[in-house]
Amino acid sequence: MQATALGARLQRPALHRLGTFIYLRPWLVLALLLGPPLLWMVVIYLGSLASLVVQSFYFLDPFTGQVIRKLTLSTYADLLTPANLEIFQRTALMAAAVSIAAAILAFPWAYYMARYASRRAKAALYLAVLLPLWSSYLVRVYAWRLILAKEGIVTWFLGALHLEGVLDAVLRLPVIGGPSLSVSFLGMFIVFVYVWLPYMILPIQAALERVPKSLLEASGDLGARPGRTFRHVTLPLALPGVLAGSIFTFSLTLGDFVVPYSLGNSSYFIGQAVLSFTGTAFNIPLAAAFTVVPMVIMGFYLIGARELGAFEAL
Amino acid sequence: MTEPPAPAIRLDHVSRSFGEVTAVDNVSLDILDGEFFTLLGPSGSGKTTCLRIIAGFDQPDAGRVLLHGADVTQLPPYEREVNTVFQDYALFPHMEVGANIAYGLMIRSVAKPERVRRVAEMLDLVRMPGLESRRPSQLSGGQRQRVALARALILHPRVLLLDEPLGALDLKLRQQMQVELKAIQQQVGITFIYVTHDQEEALTMSDRVAVFNVGRVIQIGSPAELYEHPASPFVAGFVGVSNLISGELAQRITGSAETFSVRPEKISLQAVEQPSPDGHVSVKGSVRDVVYLGVHTRYLIELEGGGDLTVVEQNRDTTSMDVMSARGRQVRLVWDPKHNRRVSDGGGAALDPAG
Repeated sequence: MQATALGARLQRPALHRLGTFIYLRPWLVLALLLGPPLLWMVVIYLGSLASLVVQSFYFLDPFTGQVIRKLTLSTYADLLTPANLEIFQRTALMAAAVSIAAAILAFPWAYYMARYASRRAKAALYLAVLLPLWSSYLVRVYAWRLILAKEGIVTWFLGALHLEGVLDAVLRLPVIGGPSLSVSFLGMFIVFVYVWLPYMILPIQAALERVPKSLLEASGDLGARPGRTFRHVTLPLALPGVLAGSIFTFSLTLGDFVVPYSLGNSSYFIGQAVLSFTGTAFNIPLAAAFTVVPMVIMGFYLIGARELGAFEAL
Repeated sequence: MTEPPAPAIRLDHVSRSFGEVTAVDNVSLDILDGEFFTLLGPSGSGKTTCLRIIAGFDQPDAGRVLLHGADVTQLPPYEREVNTVFQDYALFPHMEVGANIAYGLMIRSVAKPERVRRVAEMLDLVRMPGLESRRPSQLSGGQRQRVALARALILHPRVLLLDEPLGALDLKLRQQMQVELKAIQQQVGITFIYVTHDQEEALTMSDRVAVFNVGRVIQIGSPAELYEHPASPFVAGFVGVSNLISGELAQRITGSAETFSVRPEKISLQAVEQPSPDGHVSVKGSVRDVVYLGVHTRYLIELEGGGDLTVVEQNRDTTSMDVMSARGRQVRLVWDPKHNRRVSDGGGAALDPAG
């Protein structure tokens, strides 16, 4: 009896037997599934990050223009000049302002999507969020440059409303102002918020979606008015989503060079500095050190977020 | 002449529709102060919508909700002196057990030492002392249930609403919690309004039960009244198992073709050749199916001349071998006609022994 059963088993197609072999070994399934992405993450992604960090400890011989492959801190000494520190500060402040503005704009949108929208409306809203991502980011940034230009639609519209004075007053403001919206930090800020907004809306919406309606009802049931329910229940539970979104907006702003290049004045942002050191100056160690800075800033940002309890609800 | 005290809750001709579906259809009921009142019905019968209307999560299309005589129909939940235990417990996952229970006090700006003291008191009441610093995710289903109860009771509401709170628990725990809930209700002395689809649960705990079907209240009464005098075939079938007898057989037994019901445990089985006791109803049939349930056995009997009856007998002297061998056997069903209940006229009155 047993021999026949075994015989029948052996006669099954090879593929079939391979399937059974794998099924009975869960670790093998795991290895097969996780192998390629792990290879990608560890070798290619983390590997290149490590090489970046290592290169930031090399230095450029100022006379020969050769990269000296010896570990030293001299590149970091070059990095931490007052002019560069100003670039870090400028970029970090812009990234923070963009993240905060994006969060404030995204929250009501995400809240409406998660709580009130019908299935149809939700699909339409998803499309509205994702549609801009279908077109080239470069094209959209240049479109904004035209919109914000002195001869652009914003100036025209405010002129038609006889509000040119307001625009001029805003542009006369120190730091954020400039000759026109298309050459000012304010214009840059507007464009940054626009291009990164989808990356803020989607995680917040996902986080709000996971908050059961009964929690909000329970809060109201226990005497909390809507404002307090929002503060004590909705917001803490949505915070991981806001944080995830802000990681996107913050880090994307830190590393971007297209928007500062298109809408900025002569003040550099980190992305532009990296571009100029790799391209024009060919100072790879300094460019690498510049790239390490946003990573460090992000590290501090995450530690700060943890201290604020942003991961409590995870 | 003094006015009788206002009921804890009065639903006054309350209706609520969702699109085409009428969830609650002109429901009126009074729930007395201190009562354990159950809304019982199958899913979609409107019992949960009624509860949500009382809590204020849902507004009725028509009708009024009165809380101790005051019209609260237009008040939001946070202005009603009722609290709710949710079906999914709705514990705040980002707060510890202590903070969950103290939530209502925190909202009312009660001082911290007072909150700590009352939370400890509540945890004692639900028999979970010292678990303030646990996270809801670290608790078992039964413990979450108790925390939800403590959180709702800490505000001393005038009425506590419970929406199928034991639905997610296993049978043993459910039975234990039923007894505990009833004890806690008696201890704190406030009105409990309890929603369930489980008739046994309703009979175990309630002072009175309202049976719901398709958005209407079919019958209100004590568990014994509902069981012994069901007002309609629906109640007879939903509360306990009922045997409905109608037509020719009813004519022969009661002298009237009107439908009547007889509970399975009132019927006894005996051998066909054995004579039936005087004045008892006697019907012949054959055993079609036997379900051995340990404490008792359920027989499905096919009656001579058509129709099925369920009969339940205790396994006092019989073993599983005995009862299983009964399948296919010819038997005589015997019961006292005083157990015949008329169910079609809505009265649930006992039938006069006839014929």
